[in-house]
Amino acid sequence: MAVCIAVIAKENYPLYIRSVPIQNELKFHYTVHTSLDVVEEKISAVGKAMADQRELYLGLLYPTEDYKVYGYVTNSKVKFVIVVDSSNTSLRDNEIRSMFRKLHNSFTDVMCNPFYNPGDTIQSKAFDSMVTAMMVQAS
Amino acid sequence: MESLTLTDVEQKYYSDLFVYCDTDNTKKVASNGKVLDLFRAAQLPSDVVLQITELCGATRLGHFGRSQFYIALKLIAVAQSGLPLRVESLNSVKDLPLPRFVVAKNEQEARHTAMYPDLENQGPYQGVIPRPPARGQVKKVSPDTTSPVVSPHHSPPTSPHAWRKHKRQASGGNVERPPVVVAGAVWTPFRESQSGPVVAGDGMWSAHSPPPVQESWVSLKDTYPPSSSKLPPMHLSPVQENSSIRTVASVATANEIQRQSSSGYDDPWKITDEQRQYYINQFKTIQPDLNGFIPGSAAKEFFTKSKLPILELSHIWELSDFDKDGALTLDEFCAAFHLVVARKNGYDLPEKLPESLMPKLIDLDDSAEVPDQAPDVGYSGSPVEVTPNKSPMPSLNQTWPDLNQGNEQWETFSERSSSSQTLTQFDSNIAPADPDTAIVHPVPIRMTPSKIHMQEMELKRTGSGKMASPYDKSLCCLGCRSNSGTSPEGLKVVAAPPPPPPRPNASHSRSSSLDMNRNFAAHPTGPQQSGVVACPPAIPPRPLPTQTSGPHSGHRSDEGLAAHSTTSPQQIPEQPNFADFSQFQAFAASDQPNDDGEKHPESLPVEKSTEGAGPLRTVKIDNQEERAAATAKGSIMAPPPKPVRRRLKSEDELQDEALPPKSNVIATVLATLPSIPRSVGKDKKAIQASIRRNKETNTVLARLNSELQQQLKDLLEERISLEVQLEQLRPFSHL
Repeated sequence: MAVCIAVIAKENYPLYIRSVPIQNELKFHYTVHTSLDVVEEKISAVGKAMADQRELYLGLLYPTEDYKVYGYVTNSKVKFVIVVDSSNTSLRDNEIRSMFRKLHNSFTDVMCNPFYNPGDTIQSKAFDSMVTAMMVQAS
Repeated sequence: MESLTLTDVEQKYYSDLFVYCDTDNTKKVASNGKVLDLFRAAQLPSDVVLQITELCGATRLGHFGRSQFYIALKLIAVAQSGLPLRVESLNSVKDLPLPRFVVAKNEQEARHTAMYPDLENQGPYQGVIPRPPARGQVKKVSPDTTSPVVSPHHSPPTSPHAWRKHKRQASGGNVERPPVVVAGAVWTPFRESQSGPVVAGDGMWSAHSPPPVQESWVSLKDTYPPSSSKLPPMHLSPVQENSSIRTVASVATANEIQRQSSSGYDDPWKITDEQRQYYINQFKTIQPDLNGFIPGSAAKEFFTKSKLPILELSHIWELSDFDKDGALTLDEFCAAFHLVVARKNGYDLPEKLPESLMPKLIDLDDSAEVPDQAPDVGYSGSPVEVTPNKSPMPSLNQTWPDLNQGNEQWETFSERSSSSQTLTQFDSNIAPADPDTAIVHPVPIRMTPSKIHMQEMELKRTGSGKMASPYDKSLCCLGCRSNSGTSPEGLKVVAAPPPPPPRPNASHSRSSSLDMNRNFAAHPTGPQQSGVVACPPAIPPRPLPTQTSGPHSGHRSDEGLAAHSTTSPQQIPEQPNFADFSQFQAFAASDQPNDDGEKHPESLPVEKSTEGAGPLRTVKIDNQEERAAATAKGSIMAPPPKPVRRRLKSEDELQDEALPPKSNVIATVLATLPSIPRSVGKDKKAIQASIRRNKETNTVLARLNSELQQQLKDLLEERISLEVQLEQLRPFSHL
């Protein structure tokens, strides 16, 4: 269902970004970049109770006229951003959460790979296939 | 060049040979090395070979073009058949057998070992490489190494096809690999020239099974079934010659090959026993415990030695780490190693782990048998979904990642797995839940504890206004079971400490309606001024009764004084009575004294009721209803005057009309109302009066009804606005 899926490292550079309509890729890159501000704002909002009480799923970061942006942050400050087309059937919150869960699991698998150096771009085929499956569903 | 006509078989054979020799794919054999080897393998004297090359024109060109090559091959055939080498003999000789190339046993080994120098040269693991069999193990390996030799025994021409196929297969991989693999597959060309470097390389090798050899075998096995079907009847005579040497070994290997090829299109990912043994040995060097794990870092170092690109190693890891735990078990390690070897030999990595490489919790002996069950495994391997059925999963953690690895069709299952995670989360949340809320069946307890509970509840309720309602409810439940009656009432009493309902004068009026009627039968109290009556009924009317009671007492000394005096103290605290008195006074002053007795008792309660009509309207209404009910048994006259009074009073309060005219109206109304018990002869008037009174009562009630409905509308509007606000707030609660 997603139009664009991005994984952003702690230092706010993208580890992985993929969008379905290839021609508008730059626009999605920009969208994801701007959504980082909202993510930071939501992270810092909790304050004292650090990661303990802060939920990983951030929810709808902000909607635009064409699409909605959802966010998810891991405990190691790795962010997942999903951009969903608004014209699509309005996805339930649970579906977005399940997508983030799958992303998190696949990312964990990538991390477990000793040949993956944290900080490198994600080139795992399994991760690619999982992301493609999530995005292909939309189209 | 001379024209050359070849038969179809010859054409094929020659083209295969040419392709084999044409390592650079340049359609011409530039290097003479292979060609010379090939020619030497023909077991022709070297001068004959030279002659052939001269004849075919290669010496002129400096290299072997395709035509030259074909001519050369044909001349070889000619020479082998013992015919003189003549150019003319190329076309003249019919039924020329194919050129034969001999392979000797030691040449096989030499060839195999020659492969490994290539591997060595290309820098694979130093010391870790899958080593070819040492000389000492020649005998062990030889039965296997003869398999490629024996296989052509069944269909010899497959070798060129094998060469070609390997060429094509290997072209996808590293370029340097193909000659290794092909060389492994081809047994013909190598000769003593290879033994030199072989000897040098032998010293370095230890006794390990050679997976590349296995790979070559695998490749052979690959091409077996298809090629075997193509050219079954062809046989190479030299192979037939050699078959006598290897008959004994061939039987064993033939069985093995038959078994392996009987599974249809072979599984190139099968790990043979020797390979597995080798892998196990390697595993032991890292981790002595065969049931233990190799941590990711150690595995990373180990496989990095293979000099494969990190990306491919990463992919291999993803495939082989089945349970995604960051460590490799023995099976996973073998799978990873096998994939590395395959990749080094030019095989593309599969997308999913092939079935034969799935980690299984079985003995090593069975490893060869289990893969046989996979009939259709190609390079891509069988889908992951099949594995849970076929391979016994050692632990549950392998099934879950298996499901998670699935593609779209397993999404529902992955949902389930993720929901299982949420279930575990729920489990962790349920544990610290409030035990009180968990109480579903309150245990019946004795009175005293329940009272204590109740006291606690009361204290809590009174102390903090907002105790957790379930807690209270549970206590209530606890209390309820034992004290069914007391606790709710107690709660009610405690929960509702609102001020007791104001003592409605109407109650007095109700209770005293009859009394008042009796008591104030002879109290002609004129209606007071509107100002007096319109005042807030609490205090101002108070002095009135003292004033009025005085004159009353003085006025009515003859009639019902006692009653009056008795009732006056009763009336003193009551507001409407004062007004009644005043009105009665006015009445008494202005109106007929006859009806005073009737009017007063009528007006008194009415005044009484109307005085409190403003603030206590609703109560009055209730009381009026009660009164109506109570007095229904009694005089009919009593109720009507009261509503009359009330109506008038409410009108006064609402509209600020002058009372005197009202009181006059009241007086007139009252005057017209004869008391029923007395008016027997005035039925018509009474009826009319009662009708009028009923109508007035109706209007009063209608007005009250409208006012109440107005209040109801206001409340509904408030409720709607609150609900709208709630609705507006609700969507935000989701985020």
